[in-house]
Amino acid sequence: MLDILFYVFAAVTLISALLMVLSPNAVNGAICMIVSFVGTAAIFVLLEAYFLAVIQILVYAGAVMVLFLFIIMLLDVDKDGRSYLKDKMTLAGSITGFSLLTILIVTAFSGGNLPEPTLVPVSANPEMSAQQVLSGSLGEFASSAPEFATGAGIPFTTSAKSFGYSLFTKYMLPFQVTGFLLLAAMIGVIVVSKKHNEASNES
Amino acid sequence: MTVGLNAFILVAGMLFAIGLLGVLLRKNTLVIYMSLELMLNAVNLALVAFSRYNGTMDGNLFVFFIITVAAAEVAVGLAIIVALFRKRQSVMVDNLNALSR
Repeated sequence: MLDILFYVFAAVTLISALLMVLSPNAVNGAICMIVSFVGTAAIFVLLEAYFLAVIQILVYAGAVMVLFLFIIMLLDVDKDGRSYLKDKMTLAGSITGFSLLTILIVTAFSGGNLPEPTLVPVSANPEMSAQQVLSGSLGEFASSAPEFATGAGIPFTTSAKSFGYSLFTKYMLPFQVTGFLLLAAMIGVIVVSKKHNEASNES
Repeated sequence: MTVGLNAFILVAGMLFAIGLLGVLLRKNTLVIYMSLELMLNAVNLALVAFSRYNGTMDGNLFVFFIITVAAAEVAVGLAIIVALFRKRQSVMVDNLNALSR
């Protein structure tokens, strides 16, 4: 049953991605892109990354694609009736390169000549990180952090609690840097999209 | 589920190839940008699959960071495209050849 679901969602993702690339209208392409992102979120669910599936729907299919649709409709770039593809030389080169890359990927990953790792059972410890956080005192909590810092992987759980636990122990520095990056991006967007005033330019 | 890791990596690789095709093929800067997002998404899929089959949570956290950075990148990139359109009245890449003249 899960296999059939995987094939269905993989087909939906790939076909709608291809439709996005090939559709002449940018708005239709954006709608196909949303379908492709939802298909990817469904594959995330099959991989038991439920939190990431929700994030994918909220951030990608929600915020990012709404921003894209807004800009596409604001700019109205489809009004000139010329070709939406590049010239014939680039077209031939792109198609040839895409075919070669596709053949390479298919032969590399579907021939059965690569080792096939077995699925790690995950239902045994769904509350691992919660127990570590809740039952441990502060001292135990602090002593468990260097254990992660030495490079040992965090066990796979399906709960969103392990995200928070990992973000504030092993990945504290990238978390802070990402927050700063978001601030920098926000300021950058405001500066870039501000209308230039000639009078204030001189002062 | 009997679908192996290689099937997921196959789908991720195909998504990446389709995104690359879009970047190479299209004239519209906005569609090129969407294709870039598609390639990022393919990498996310590969990371989640590796994380699930390896039994560690680290790949999922990388995907979390990638999604955050991609959201910031989309905001900045679209602001740049809007500024470009304001200046040149076009977002087609064959019109943006000021450096080649």
